[in-house]
Amino acid sequence: MVSVARQASPAQSAGLWDRFSIRTKRVIWAWGFLALPIVFYVTIRFYPTVQAFWLSLTDWDLLRPATFIGLDNYKRLFADPLFWQVFRNTFTYLIIGTPVSLVLSFIIAFYLDRVRFMHGFIRALYFLPFLTTAAAMAWVWRWFYQPVPIGVINDVLQLMGLPQQPFLRSVNQALPAIMVTAIWAGLGFQIIIFMAGLRAIPTTYYEAARIDGLGEWAILRKITLPLLKPTTVFLVVFSSIGFLRIFDQVYNMTTNDPGGPLNSTKPLVLMIFQTAFSSYDMGYAAAQTVVLFTILLVVSLVQLWVLRERR
Amino acid sequence: MTADASSVELAANSRKIRPGRILAWTLLFIGGLIMVTPLLYMFSTSLKTAGQVYDLRLIPAEPTLDNYIRVLSDGRFLRWFLNSIFIAATVTLSNVFFDSLVGYTLAKFEFRGRYLVFLAILSTLMIPTEMLVIPWYLMSSQLGWLDTYWGIMFPGMMTAFGTFLMKQFFETVPDDFLEAARVDGLNEFTIWWKIAMPMVTPAISALAIFTFLGNWTAFFWPLIVVTSPENYTLPVGLSSFAVEQSIQWEMIMTGAALATIPTLIVFLVLQRFIVRGVMLAGLKG
Repeated sequence: MVSVARQASPAQSAGLWDRFSIRTKRVIWAWGFLALPIVFYVTIRFYPTVQAFWLSLTDWDLLRPATFIGLDNYKRLFADPLFWQVFRNTFTYLIIGTPVSLVLSFIIAFYLDRVRFMHGFIRALYFLPFLTTAAAMAWVWRWFYQPVPIGVINDVLQLMGLPQQPFLRSVNQALPAIMVTAIWAGLGFQIIIFMAGLRAIPTTYYEAARIDGLGEWAILRKITLPLLKPTTVFLVVFSSIGFLRIFDQVYNMTTNDPGGPLNSTKPLVLMIFQTAFSSYDMGYAAAQTVVLFTILLVVSLVQLWVLRERR
Repeated sequence: MTADASSVELAANSRKIRPGRILAWTLLFIGGLIMVTPLLYMFSTSLKTAGQVYDLRLIPAEPTLDNYIRVLSDGRFLRWFLNSIFIAATVTLSNVFFDSLVGYTLAKFEFRGRYLVFLAILSTLMIPTEMLVIPWYLMSSQLGWLDTYWGIMFPGMMTAFGTFLMKQFFETVPDDFLEAARVDGLNEFTIWWKIAMPMVTPAISALAIFTFLGNWTAFFWPLIVVTSPENYTLPVGLSSFAVEQSIQWEMIMTGAALATIPTLIVFLVLQRFIVRGVMLAGLKG
C-alpha cells in the first residue's frame, strides 16, 4: 500500500538509461514493501528486547517510575532458593522430556513409515493430539490423574489390583505426570517430521546397502541415522525449546496452587508469569526473562555445536 | 520382465519378515489407540450425566447432549469461540500477506541492505515471547490495548518463521516468469500478488495452517493481556470455566471437547493437506 503512493515519483527518472531506471524503481519498490514490516519488527520485537534488558536492571512495580538498581535483581534471583528449585524443574522437563519424546517418536516413525495397511488411519491416531489445545487437554489429563473413583488411571490400577498413586498431589510424581502430558501433546508433530526425514532418504542407498549384505541394524546405524541427522538436530533443538518454555500444561494442571505442590512442578515461565502479573514485580520478572533467554540461547548453541561436532 | 522378477523378489522378501511386521503393526495400532484415549474419554464423558462420570465405560450407557446444552446456554463459549476464530483468522491473514511480501522481497529483489534486513528479522527468532511480554504489556497499557482483540493480536501479526519459510519457497520461483510479467508492464505489487503468490500455494497453506493453529491454541499472552471474560479466547475461557466448575468433570470435559472439536473437524477434512504442510514447514523451517 505504501509503495503504491511512492511509485509515482521515480517516473521523473525516465530520462536515465532504461535498465538503470528499472533497477532504481525496483529498489524503491523493495523498500516500499519492507517499510511497514520494518516498523513492526523495530517496535514490536527489537525495542521490547532492549527494554526487557533495561527493565531487568530496574526496580519497577508499574505504579512508580522504574528506578535503576544495577544488577540487584540478578543477585536477588541467584540468592533465591525458589529460583534454583524452578531451575531444577525446568531442566528436568528438558533432560527427561526431550530424549524420551525423541526416542519414542523416532521408533514410531521408523515403523509407521513401513506400514502400508491402514497407514493414514494409524498416522492420524498419533497426529491428532498435536491439533488439540494444550490448555484443554491439560484438564483431561488432570482428570485422569485424580484419585479413585474419579481418575481413570487410578481406577484402572485398582482394577488390576495395583496400589493407588497420588500423581498430581505428590511432590515426586506431579512433575513426571505433567511431563507425560507435554510429551503426549508434542509426539505427533515429531513423528510427522521424522517421517518426512525418512522419506527424504533416497531408496537407492538402502538398495545398495542390501546388495552389500548389510543387516537391518547396520542399515539403521550406518545409513538411516546419519542421513537423518539434520531432521534430528532440528527436532532436538525445537523440542528442547518447547520443554524449557513449558507453561500451559503446568498452569492448567495445578490451578489451585500454580506450580505446586510446593513448587515441585513450577517451570521458569510460570515463575516469570507470577512475578510479573501476580506480584507486579516487573523489574525482577524482567531479570528472570533475561535468564530464560540466556538458558534458551546457551542450550540451543550447545546442542547445535555438539551435534555438529560428531559429524 | 525384470520389473516383474524384482517385484516377486520384493514380495518374497516382505513375506519372509511377515510375523515381525504383524507384531509391529499391532504395537503401532495399540500405541495409536493409547494416544487418542484422552480424546475418546473426553468425548465420552462429555456425553455422560454427572452420575455416570465414575463409570469407566467408554460408550456412555445413556448418551446425552445435556452437558453441551448447559455449557452453551449462557453464550459464553460461543463468544469465546467467535473471539478465537476472529483472532486466529486475522493474524493468519496478516501473516500470509506480510510474511509472503517480506519473504518475496528478500528472495527476489536486489538492493543494498537486503542481507542485513534478512539477518535482523531472522535474529528475532532467538528472542522468546516470554522476554517480550512485559514490554508488550507496558506498551499495551500505555496505548490502551489491554483487554482488546488488537492487544491479543498485535505481537503475532508478522513472524520471522513465516518470513523465512516464504523466502525459502520464493527462491524456487524462476525469475523468467517474473521477468516476463515485468516486460508485460505489470507493476511489482501485481507481479508478486498475481504471479509469484500462486506459485507457492503449498507454502502459503503450510504457513496458514501453522499460524492458525498456533493462535487458536495460544494461551500465555492472551491470559496476560485480556481481563474481561467477554474478550477471552477459547483456551483462556476454558481454563477459567474449568476452575469455576471445580469438580464437575463432565462439564469440564464438555468445555474441553468444544475447544477441540473445531480443529479435529478441520483435520479430518484436510488431513493429507495438513500433514504435508507440517512436513514442508518442518523441513524448510
